[in-house]
Amino acid sequence: MSSEPTRRIRREDGWAWLFIGPLMLGVVVFYFWPILRTLYNSFTEFGAFGGTRWTGLENYADLLTDAHVPRALLNTLIYTVIVLLGIPLSVYLAALLNRPGLRLAWFYRVMFFLPIVAMPAAIAMVWRMIYNSDFGLLNYALSLVGVDGPYWISSPGWALAAVSVVGLWSSLGFSIIILSGGLRAIPPELYEAASLDGAGPMRQFFSLTVPLLTPSIFFLTIITAINGFQLFDLLYALLGPNNPAMAQTQSLVYLFYEQAFAQNDKGYASAIAMLILLVIGVITLVQFRFQRRWVSYD
Amino acid sequence: MTDAPAPRPRAARGPRNIDAYVVLTVGGLVMIFPFVWQLIMSLSTQAEVTGVPPSLLPASPQWGNFAAVFDLLPFVDQFLVSVGVTALRVIVQMILCAMAGYAFARMQFRGRGILFALLLSILMVPNQIYLIPQYSIIQGMGLLNTVLGIAMPGLFSAFGTFLLRQHFVALPAELEEAARLDGANPWQIFWRVMLPLSGPALASVAILTTIASWNDLLWPLVVSTYEDRMPLAVGLATLQGQHMTNYPVMMAASLLAMAPILILFLVLQRRVVEGLAHSGMKG
Repeated sequence: MSSEPTRRIRREDGWAWLFIGPLMLGVVVFYFWPILRTLYNSFTEFGAFGGTRWTGLENYADLLTDAHVPRALLNTLIYTVIVLLGIPLSVYLAALLNRPGLRLAWFYRVMFFLPIVAMPAAIAMVWRMIYNSDFGLLNYALSLVGVDGPYWISSPGWALAAVSVVGLWSSLGFSIIILSGGLRAIPPELYEAASLDGAGPMRQFFSLTVPLLTPSIFFLTIITAINGFQLFDLLYALLGPNNPAMAQTQSLVYLFYEQAFAQNDKGYASAIAMLILLVIGVITLVQFRFQRRWVSYD
Repeated sequence: MTDAPAPRPRAARGPRNIDAYVVLTVGGLVMIFPFVWQLIMSLSTQAEVTGVPPSLLPASPQWGNFAAVFDLLPFVDQFLVSVGVTALRVIVQMILCAMAGYAFARMQFRGRGILFALLLSILMVPNQIYLIPQYSIIQGMGLLNTVLGIAMPGLFSAFGTFLLRQHFVALPAELEEAARLDGANPWQIFWRVMLPLSGPALASVAILTTIASWNDLLWPLVVSTYEDRMPLAVGLATLQGQHMTNYPVMMAASLLAMAPILILFLVLQRRVVEGLAHSGMKG
């Protein structure tokens, strides 16, 4: 091939489609089409032997009357709030991990980051043992201080708390990673100046670190809330589908899974999926609206 | 452990960090306790695990528990499914995402902006929206309970494309120009010039995909129903309630299932953390 003069702007539509074509084909089939299909499905009822029947807004009317829906919504919300409460803790831990002159930082990072990469289905087994009401470590520890521990993962009142603690434990490391990125962007001179002005470590943390970190914290609350609303793996692996406490503890995504693949009511499940999309959208929007009250981008 | 070997000029800071060492040591031990406890239980006898008070260390390590894993569930089959699904996703994603990411970063074509925006919109929609139609498609293709079916939707990653696009955007244009003047066509430029410069970015995609794919539960749970054709995550999650009897062997099984990713993390610690920091950029 001979060389040709290069122009400032050269269109390469043919080549470009060769490059993006394979990906776009898969994306259209497995992502774009399914969005439309789920929207359509949410107005239908699936027959027992395939085929769908248009039922209009019936599934959405069912959403409003199904007592499981507000319960699942509330459970998901509680779980998300508890996991969000881990963010202040991770701000503190990230600040400690990024202290100048801290030795063995890599060693501490390994300890804090290990839960992020642990398979939920596998690590849930250990937590089930710790939570076990007969011989679990937690109730044994409680018995030492005279408390008779409950059936953590099979009583409706406690199961959600038990799941939330594991959720908090497994998400803490990710929060620390995101916040560490924000911390490293803070110029060290600011701390030197603050020291010269006589600000102690506490003062520096609350007047300097936290305000400068608010963009990272904001970003983290968005991601954490979205992930929290997708609670499924831990819940499924910790409680198991036959758990008596599941009906009281299930999340929105679990309810979706239950309806779609256990009850085989895929039309109704599609309406639940649309509800999840709506709720996540609303919560994210609300967070963006409130951000100017507390996030500073100076 | 926290004692510094020799005083350095900046050691004046040392004493001030004592609070950090105390909090991080205690907190770190809490964080890794479940893993340690899992290891201890996996080497204990059933009586030791279910005894009250619990025995904190096994009288003699029961290595046989790890051998018994292979009787408890078709571990080798499930391991191979996990490896197959993960490898397929990593390889196909790296190729497709690199190609598309390169085009979105460096090529001029009609509809580039809108296509890229549409692609990113996938990341903002919760997975449940896609799940039922994806299931129907995989079922229709006759791919339920196959490695390809479990891997399929994950072969096409908007996030991987986004990460690699960010990487290609940052590369200097002179490299391409030089290759173009030498008569290379766009594919040759991509394959011989740009891709060799993409090691770290590709590694990030590979690591994130490996972790996500290995640990993933919901999708494989839906498309695999035979015990010997499901990945480890599903195998372990559906094990509960069936054989709730031999706890030490279950601990050994779950430890073995996590081991590849934990080892990957320990070996590539810095890269994994970097990758995870990137993963925060999505959305």
